[in-house]
Amino acid sequence: MWSRSASFILDKRQQPPLDHDQKKLTPPIKMADALQNPKNPTSPSNISAYYQTRAEHHAVVSSDWLAQAQAAVLGETPETHRRSVRDGGGKPFSVIEEFNYWRKKPDLAEAVAAIMALAAVIRCSEATTMMELEIELTEASNTLKSWDTTSISLSAGCDLFMRYVTRTSALEHEDIFSAKSRLIERGERFGEISLKARKTIAMLSQDFIFDGCTILVHGYSRVVLEVLKTAAAGGKNFKVCCTEGRPDRTGLRFSKEMATLDVPVKLLIDSAVAYTMDEVDMVFVGADGVVESGGIINMMGTYQIALVAHSMDKPVYVAAESYKFARLYPLDQKDLSPALRPIDFGVPIPSKVEVEKSARDYTPPQYLTLLFTDLGVLTPSVVSDELIQLYL
Amino acid sequence: MDNQSSSSSLKLCSHKNANRPSRAVSDPKVRQVGFITPNDPPPEPTQSSATGSSPPVSVHNSPVGTLSPVMIPPLGHASENLSATLRLLSGHPFPVPSTQRPIAETSPMRVSPSSKNGWDGEFSRDLTSPRRARGGNPRGAVDIGAAMMGRTNINTVPVVNMPPGLSVSEKNRAVIVSHALSKPLKERTSKAERRALQEHQRARKAAALKEESGESNRCASAAGKPSPSKKEGASGSSVAASDKKVAYRSLGSRDRKKVLPHDMQRVEKSKRDIAVHEQIKGVEFFGHFPQDVQRKKLALLESKFFQHDQMHPAVFKVGLLFLAGDISGGNSRCIAMLQAFRDAINDYSTPPEKDVFPDLTDKIGSYVSFLKECRPLSVGMENAIKFLKNRIGKLHWTTMQKTRLGFSLTDSEATATLQSDIDYFINQRIILADKGPHFSEKKGTLFSEKKGIVDYAVTKIEDKDVLLTYGSSSVVEMLFVYAHKLGKKFQVVVVDSHPMLEGQSLLRRLVAKGIACTYTHINAVSHVMCDAKKVFLGASSVLSNGTVYSRIGTASVAMVAHQLRKPVLICCEAYKFHERARLDSICCNELGDPDAILKVRGRRDSDHLSNWADVENVQLLNLLYDTTPSEYVTAIVSDYGIVPPTSAPLILRLYKDEVDR
Repeated sequence: MWSRSASFILDKRQQPPLDHDQKKLTPPIKMADALQNPKNPTSPSNISAYYQTRAEHHAVVSSDWLAQAQAAVLGETPETHRRSVRDGGGKPFSVIEEFNYWRKKPDLAEAVAAIMALAAVIRCSEATTMMELEIELTEASNTLKSWDTTSISLSAGCDLFMRYVTRTSALEHEDIFSAKSRLIERGERFGEISLKARKTIAMLSQDFIFDGCTILVHGYSRVVLEVLKTAAAGGKNFKVCCTEGRPDRTGLRFSKEMATLDVPVKLLIDSAVAYTMDEVDMVFVGADGVVESGGIINMMGTYQIALVAHSMDKPVYVAAESYKFARLYPLDQKDLSPALRPIDFGVPIPSKVEVEKSARDYTPPQYLTLLFTDLGVLTPSVVSDELIQLYL
Repeated sequence: MDNQSSSSSLKLCSHKNANRPSRAVSDPKVRQVGFITPNDPPPEPTQSSATGSSPPVSVHNSPVGTLSPVMIPPLGHASENLSATLRLLSGHPFPVPSTQRPIAETSPMRVSPSSKNGWDGEFSRDLTSPRRARGGNPRGAVDIGAAMMGRTNINTVPVVNMPPGLSVSEKNRAVIVSHALSKPLKERTSKAERRALQEHQRARKAAALKEESGESNRCASAAGKPSPSKKEGASGSSVAASDKKVAYRSLGSRDRKKVLPHDMQRVEKSKRDIAVHEQIKGVEFFGHFPQDVQRKKLALLESKFFQHDQMHPAVFKVGLLFLAGDISGGNSRCIAMLQAFRDAINDYSTPPEKDVFPDLTDKIGSYVSFLKECRPLSVGMENAIKFLKNRIGKLHWTTMQKTRLGFSLTDSEATATLQSDIDYFINQRIILADKGPHFSEKKGTLFSEKKGIVDYAVTKIEDKDVLLTYGSSSVVEMLFVYAHKLGKKFQVVVVDSHPMLEGQSLLRRLVAKGIACTYTHINAVSHVMCDAKKVFLGASSVLSNGTVYSRIGTASVAMVAHQLRKPVLICCEAYKFHERARLDSICCNELGDPDAILKVRGRRDSDHLSNWADVENVQLLNLLYDTTPSEYVTAIVSDYGIVPPTSAPLILRLYKDEVDR
């Protein structure tokens, strides 16, 4: 499947030269601290670590900061990092540490961080047989998955890495060293594809953004941002409506991004979606996970927006990287492991009042029009086909 | 409607042979009603009863029981169609009671228009309510023409078909003795009888019109005979029948083979089906399905036991079990069939001067058509057969390659390979597809790491769930038992329906395992659905457009669930997927015994319609399957995981890749 990944579009394009002056800039201290000591998801508050990380990212994310951070990531190549990992010598390799290292890079999705971490596991492995290596990998991926059970893309990324890297027929006939190098090669390629995924999606979705359209965006999705950025850079005139995105106000941040791009943007409160829908031409959302039914799991509110859009016959487009394809089949909203998130209402809530803290909902496939993935533009039913094949 | 179609097809036939001299062999005394069978019945013995060239019925040890062996075969036979005739003759396993023989022989080919009168009505009534056919007087001679009506797959009526190629004189000697009839023949004519007569008159007229085109003088003149009054209706119908017969006859067997052999056979078969349908009172829409003539077939097949010398006893046994309904359920039927094939292959020895593979394929083909005769095959069984034939073909090919290289594969090795292939199918495609590997661990060997349907579906069962199921599906039962074993606390609502009441056995087994159950009939489904959380249903087959073909009533349950926003999960193994796409349940279905829906267990006063066959404007429809549109299906649980119904083609593809490997 990766061989027919649509990332070839990107390969034709010339990468813009990066500004190397800023590459040694480190991320703000506060941010780094927060990330190095992420709250254990098993803590009594049971708050989703996934959303915590994202919120922390968002607290500091701005586009120029992103650019710097990306430069920093690229500046410190995997090569140098690899050396540092290996030179660590005495202390044993920990996949979580490795994962956290990659996770620090704000532009890097959790899944990609996991993929990088797993690739490092292969590199550092001292296994002498394939079986040993495989067991080691499985253990590492299980550790990663259990680190945050609420993150769909993390577990999906781990699973996909395992599938992609370990399932090659060539392994059976080779000795451990060449097999290992092959695995490393595959792992790196996988990571590369995942890194490029966002750009691929942005390229693919350009055909769907026409001049003069109005786009409703829900939440702060880095893919959607990339899509709109690309569109704006391509000289398209379009308008964006951002929902507020309670409780973490991701919409505010998104509208700020849009404003810096000089895209006309309007901010709505979440309850004004139906009111605004008739002036909207399309809905663009990201996804935390794409599930086997072809539906998506995304930030709370996506389902109701999709429902409103569906009833008003507006297309709902989802931008999601293929490492978010998860082997889940939710039958209804409650059929998910809940990801909880604290909600600040500004006033104290009486103890007798129960608060719905769930951070995400499930949008069934019949309410989605198309999914833009790095495998191409897919209908929800094709997504399920791809997913099954990915995991077979 | 049926009449029209029949006459038009008749026209077709006569047109085809308009320039051919008719063979004009019909004895004027031989009368026929309805369609006659082709002159050459298909060679497979298994098709014999379906094609109407059915051997004599002997009902000695049949459940119906009281009928007596009825036929004395013709004494001689023409050599040209030796095999068919031989079948007819040699097949009679039971000694014909000597008391009957003289009667039979002294009543040769009698034309008795009076006794003919009302034949149809009696016939159909007998068929539809065979209970009445028990006991009573032997009927006396029934002319052979009537026997050739092509309706002979209703086998309580002891009819015989002309062995093809027999000369007229031989036919005359072929005598049938009747079976029991509770009523004398010349009783009052019932409505149905009158109606039948009318229809035949009409048919005759239509035929006459066509015959006027001058194809056969004889026929034309025969058809032209007016028979205005109702009294003469019987003879009129017989004339019409002979017209038809001539029309068919004129299509000589050789010619027919030249011209579209398959199509002709198919046309014949569908005509026969329609004829059967006319006779068994059925619902018009569903006339193209094989009618449920279970009891009749059972009697016939049991009697034919020694006749199927080529039929392996294991296959025969399985066929009878299918027919009697002792093995039901897609999986168990498929497994039983495969095991029978396995036994047959095990006992197989290559006949001299024959190659093992083509012969084996033929054998399997004949077994399959025998089983088909017993009961239409399910999609899963068809796929299993396809798999087996495919394997035989592949083995053939590899053997040929090997022999070219100097190796040789003995026949015993070949059959052993095939047996292991069958084992593979049974284990991997059916049993492990359901259970997954965890059940097989007790044997100490892990057959495969693949998860089964149960493993996937059990993730959807949570504590405090109320799960609704309909009918009795083996996979769903396994799922509930497994979930219970895992310690999940859930309740099951078993929805059942008349007449099969399959849910009761499921209920008994679930309750025995200690699962909390509620039992209700489908009438209450809209009520119990409110309490249900998820709906788990089995399926006979899943079609490529996501449509689910399953036990009748499933669609209603799924519809109610959809309306109340309850997720509907269909559990279906990958080998039951089919590339066909279907939109309704009319084009392909199976009919059950219409009497079954009349009877209500435990109620005596409910036999209001016991004489429904006599009532003209009543039709009973007992369909066995229905199709659930994919929009009512939330997910399909197959051995490749939980997929939306839109991914059915993918499952099909994966299955094919895996099986054809």
